[in-house]
Amino acid sequence: MIQIVSSEFDPFVEVQSHQKKSALTGKYGATSLFIGTMRDFNDGDKVQGMTLEHYPGMTEKQLAIVVADAEEKWSLLDTLVIHRVGDVFPDDVLVLVVVWSAHRGDAFDASRYIMEQLKSSVPFWKKEILTDDNSRWVSKNTDGYCR
Amino acid sequence: MAVSIKVRYFASLKESLGRDSDTLDFEQPISVAETWARAVPVKEMPVNILAAVNMQYVSLDQQVTDEDEVAFFPPVTGG
Repeated sequence: MIQIVSSEFDPFVEVQSHQKKSALTGKYGATSLFIGTMRDFNDGDKVQGMTLEHYPGMTEKQLAIVVADAEEKWSLLDTLVIHRVGDVFPDDVLVLVVVWSAHRGDAFDASRYIMEQLKSSVPFWKKEILTDDNSRWVSKNTDGYCR
Repeated sequence: MAVSIKVRYFASLKESLGRDSDTLDFEQPISVAETWARAVPVKEMPVNILAAVNMQYVSLDQQVTDEDEVAFFPPVTGG
């Protein structure tokens, strides 16, 4: 399931509720979940908020392609991707990726793959508002490591 | 064959152009790169630009046909 939401959500509630609705009982041995949260700093500056823009329609299409690719590469039972748009603030959850599978390897690898593909191909854009009230577009995503 | 298309812009590109879309009419199909040249004649196409036709990524030499929606946007930064 793919959802684009414009208000706060609790990732743990979403995982539990999706798991209950899904026909996973007795079948899944692994659940891998990634939660991306907004920081209050970036590129050496303090950030007080962000606006997340997206391309409605293409966003969902592109996410569906990413999830379908993951389902082809690994043996998965179910997936859940929720991404926030609109105005967000530090500590808000921006993205949730959950993968259920029989074994951990598929769950770990597929959740990483979905997240990395989301970062590089799904049309979302972040505009940061700094604590001095200046704003700037984030120009590119990093490789995901602090270095 | 008359071709009418919608061109959409997003994020920093939308801001720098001061508009989020254009409607263009041509006499015959043209490429995505030519679409940019006609829609935004005052600005060189940014080197890192991404393009989509009908919400699917395309290369800049892709042909655009009647009623297509062409989109131009900067590198994506979600997640």
